[in-house]
Amino acid sequence: MKQLAFIVFQDNDNARYLVDAITQDNPHAEVQYQPAMIRIQAEKRLEIRRATVEEMIGREWDVQEMLIDVISIGGNVAEDDDSFVLEWKN
Amino acid sequence: MSVEIKTNTVETLRHTYGNLQRRFGDKPASRYQEASYDIEATTNFHYRPLWDPQRQLNDPSRTAIRMVDWHAVTDPRQYFYGAYVQTRARMQEATEHAYSFCEKRGLLSRLPEALQQKILRCLVPLRHAEMGANMNNSGIAGDCIAGTMTQLHIYQAMDRLGIGQYLSRIGLLLGEGSGSALDQAKAYWMDDPIWQGLRRYVEDSLVIKDWFELALAQNLLLDGMSYPLMYQRFDQQLGEEGAADLSMLTEFMRDWYAESTRWVDAMLKVVLAESAENREQIQAWVDTWEPRAYAALQPLAEAATGQVALDEVRAALAARLHKLGLRRPGVAA
Repeated sequence: MKQLAFIVFQDNDNARYLVDAITQDNPHAEVQYQPAMIRIQAEKRLEIRRATVEEMIGREWDVQEMLIDVISIGGNVAEDDDSFVLEWKN
Repeated sequence: MSVEIKTNTVETLRHTYGNLQRRFGDKPASRYQEASYDIEATTNFHYRPLWDPQRQLNDPSRTAIRMVDWHAVTDPRQYFYGAYVQTRARMQEATEHAYSFCEKRGLLSRLPEALQQKILRCLVPLRHAEMGANMNNSGIAGDCIAGTMTQLHIYQAMDRLGIGQYLSRIGLLLGEGSGSALDQAKAYWMDDPIWQGLRRYVEDSLVIKDWFELALAQNLLLDGMSYPLMYQRFDQQLGEEGAADLSMLTEFMRDWYAESTRWVDAMLKVVLAESAENREQIQAWVDTWEPRAYAALQPLAEAATGQVALDEVRAALAARLHKLGLRRPGVAA
């Protein structure tokens, strides 16, 4: 069975930068635009990097800021100051 | 009875405005893009401006620098009015807090007299230089074309006005509420030999006709040395002499400077990459203004930090120029 790590955002102005950053860092990820939300999923692992997001939005960005726009996630979370990783480890 | 809930998706027909679709394709545009591109009129000017009848309004020939499209220069901070105002409001809130703390505790007025005098003589008169920077950047915003360029410079102008006001507040704190310290600082700016070099540079920059030359003289070369010199080196030295409390009041300037160098460098990178002619012209202007900025700051550095600090700051600017692919004057490529 496929194990998909995923994250779902509200479809708003913040999320667009996040989606751009995530697709740049995770070329294997698939983006689904659903009503009012955006789901990004990838086999096994999905990584959100602070440096890439900062480059996209042009300012300092705290990984925790992202949670305001998050609807749901799937995967084990490994979070630190520089990244937010969703992963199925088994 | 069973109720069936159906979702209905409405596809967006147009993701953004036509001008942005033509530039970036049909996808949702950022607020920055929507607020910045193709705002200024480029055609059908009926009358020439009375203040410059040789040219049209929004005429690209007000600078020797040539760009196919000045919109190629964008703000890495993506400031449009909303984002800019929100960021500055946040910064100002923190700064206001520092000022009221300082005022409540009398942190400046309890410094030794000699240190207070030094701050008044070496720092507060910079507010007049900030006023010059405000006028220069407003002028650039008026003469340059493309909304992305105009935005950068008009926000820069407003920032400089704000910094001038903060310096005035330091003067008011030193004068314990009266304007006498500000009058004294104005007298230093007008007559004290340590300020005459900088005053001359600022006054000469006010009449530079080519707006891109002015942008270099002001935002790259003068600020590139005066900010690190006065807000980093001088601040550090005051701290060692026992006036570390002043750092609370100049923190805004340090944060702001770190932020503003990003867009100045990003702008230059794009303009330098456009053509060899641009590169040559910019290098020629750097050759003219870099030594002048250095000379203008020398007497001030002598009184405030010592020459060594200015030379180090100049070397740091040279490294920044080198990174952009420019040379410091007098140094072979």
